[in-house]
Amino acid sequence: MSKKTANAAVAHRGYNVENPRKSWLLTLVMGLMLIYTYLPLLWLFISSTKTQGDLFSTFGLWFGHDFALWDNIRETLTYNDGQFVRWFLNTLMYVVLGAGGSVLLSVLAGYGLAKFDFPGKNAVFAIVIGAVAVPGTALAVPTFLMFAKLGLTNTPWSVIIPSLISPFGLYLMWQFTRDAVPTELLEAARIDGASEFRTFRQVALPLLGPGIVTVALFAIVATWNNYFLPLIMLKDASWYPLTIGLNAWNAQAATAGGQAIFNLVITASLLTIIPLIAAFLSLQRFWQAGLASGGVKE
Amino acid sequence: MTIDRRMFLRATSAVAVAGAASAVLAACGSGSSPSDGAAAADPSAAASAAEAGGELLVWAWDNTIEPCAQAFMEKYPNVKVTVTNVGTSADQYTSLQNAISAGKGGPDVAQIEYYALQQFSISESLADLTQFGAADYEGTFTEGPWSSVHTGEGVYGLPLDSGPMAMFYNEEVFNELGVDVPTTWEEYLDAARKIHEADPSKYIANDTGDAGSTLSGLWQAGAQPYAVDGTDVTIDFSGAEAEKYSELQTTLIKEGLLAPISGWTDEWFQALGDGTIATLITGAWMPGNFTSSVPNASGKWRVAAQPRWDADTPACAENGGSSLAVMAASDKQALAYSFVEFCSAQDGIQIRIDGGAFPSTTAELDSAEFLGKEFEYFGGQKANEVLSQAAKDVLPGWTYLPFQVYANSIFNDHVGKAYTSNGSTTIAEGLAAWQEACITYGNQQGFTVS
Repeated sequence: MSKKTANAAVAHRGYNVENPRKSWLLTLVMGLMLIYTYLPLLWLFISSTKTQGDLFSTFGLWFGHDFALWDNIRETLTYNDGQFVRWFLNTLMYVVLGAGGSVLLSVLAGYGLAKFDFPGKNAVFAIVIGAVAVPGTALAVPTFLMFAKLGLTNTPWSVIIPSLISPFGLYLMWQFTRDAVPTELLEAARIDGASEFRTFRQVALPLLGPGIVTVALFAIVATWNNYFLPLIMLKDASWYPLTIGLNAWNAQAATAGGQAIFNLVITASLLTIIPLIAAFLSLQRFWQAGLASGGVKE
Repeated sequence: MTIDRRMFLRATSAVAVAGAASAVLAACGSGSSPSDGAAAADPSAAASAAEAGGELLVWAWDNTIEPCAQAFMEKYPNVKVTVTNVGTSADQYTSLQNAISAGKGGPDVAQIEYYALQQFSISESLADLTQFGAADYEGTFTEGPWSSVHTGEGVYGLPLDSGPMAMFYNEEVFNELGVDVPTTWEEYLDAARKIHEADPSKYIANDTGDAGSTLSGLWQAGAQPYAVDGTDVTIDFSGAEAEKYSELQTTLIKEGLLAPISGWTDEWFQALGDGTIATLITGAWMPGNFTSSVPNASGKWRVAAQPRWDADTPACAENGGSSLAVMAASDKQALAYSFVEFCSAQDGIQIRIDGGAFPSTTAELDSAEFLGKEFEYFGGQKANEVLSQAAKDVLPGWTYLPFQVYANSIFNDHVGKAYTSNGSTTIAEGLAAWQEACITYGNQQGFTVS
């Protein structure tokens, strides 16, 4: 940032990057957007501090009579013998194995498609682009029937294996690799006698950081929020991810003889999004492109 | 569990199969023959199967089934019963249909509501229980549930509970506003106007369009819109009985006398608790939900008979209620039946009543202990007296469609308009549109519908 005095001097000569033009209209619109985005989060947090009774009887955007956040969290973690903790660990496993595996495959395949020529490459390209256009939901039932024939339904595999395949992630890595890894660098490494795998690991991989983080974030969010696939694959509550588990809790209220536990559903939802927020905040700084710029003199 | 190459080859061949299978997603079940091949009724098969033991998978959302399973395993130590809640009602039926299509991964026993039973029995997905002697239970259960588990000569499930309807009302609201509790529909409309006039924040009831409630209302009015004979189905919402029901509902909507709150939402529970909704006409299983989900209104609510169309003629309908059915795809049907029998007609009955369920067995409905139970929630009222009488007053002759699950899922696309347009589309018009849609769908599915 430049100093104030410089700013004042610049002001005479008009606006530039250091001294952008100020627009109250844009500021207002951004402010409204901010409120619009944060209001649901605020509501979620405030509602998490209420008892089941207060949820129904007090104003939604302000605290209730009791501050019950700690009680709610304690009850959420212990309800039904700690079901929530089990679901949380399940979700973590699906993310690590499913999203992690899908990132690994996307990076390897994207690199191969971007930097090597082989017969049928155009066909692969067409298939990947086509696959991007197919929504995952449309594939869920055929996938279910296929897995039923394999005898894999109602096992964690039925959630992990489909999560490994991410056409969008592959496409993203492919395009990113094409631009971020100069072919000249690879050629230089090969001339120096590095093996193909070492070239990939030591030359290409460091340059792919931002792309990998982007794909990883997409994959993590998609797996964390995955709903329809586990919904039809899993029947055993002990393998549920959080999304399905929380919905089961929510549905309890609408069952004859069931118990409404909306306060726990809301508190659990708050606990569920904390890891996602943490992932975004911690990975944000890797989210900058252009590491390779200046690596090669054109 | 690793994926080796052989599995991969099997997977690729399964893709082709899956393509074919999804085309017949709504077609028939596997219809496998019963494992013991008994053509004649053999009541002893089930008992001996239970002694022999084995593993059973049960899909049920009712929270009293788990304790039944525990008791069953104590009685028969060689049996292991796993109860899984895969979702309530329609959610579970979707999963069930998927498992039937896949031919794998389904349960041995499933909880199926009366309205959905035909849909599964007609596609031969359920075992006919007469082979195990289920027909002997005639007379054990009340008329409504027993006729619901029948299709033709077959019995496709044993009744778990029933939902004879009653009117739950918030006595405090009626007293405060000085309104009499209605006993006829005429008085009901009158009370609806008085309540809303005296306090615009209060309504006699809530409704945003609900297939189950509407059908129960038609049933109670004496309408019989559905007739099913094999695969010949008739749908007709135009009779005089249906007319009077539709007119009343349209009037209530037009005058803004119904709270625009959907059932089973958090808003609804709130409204039941704070007096916004003064009455709730629903099935006899509701007390348990009141106690656990609307605890803050304890002592304010009471139970009365459903309002009548004709003051001198008692008439009731059922709302909800489910059976336990044995899946045709199960290879342990005799054992499965013994568990169903245990829950529905043996020790399970008392276990379930203790858990707050409303029974469908005549002996329990008439027992002094059951009738004399004082409900703290209803201010010490002996609510079961009202509910038990309602069970006896259920009008006979009601049938559901063999594709009721689908029909209910499109109910709001057609009848919902009446609620959103403040009655400018009448309920009768909505029902007529729903009727057309159901007829079209039924014919597509291979039924003959008119």
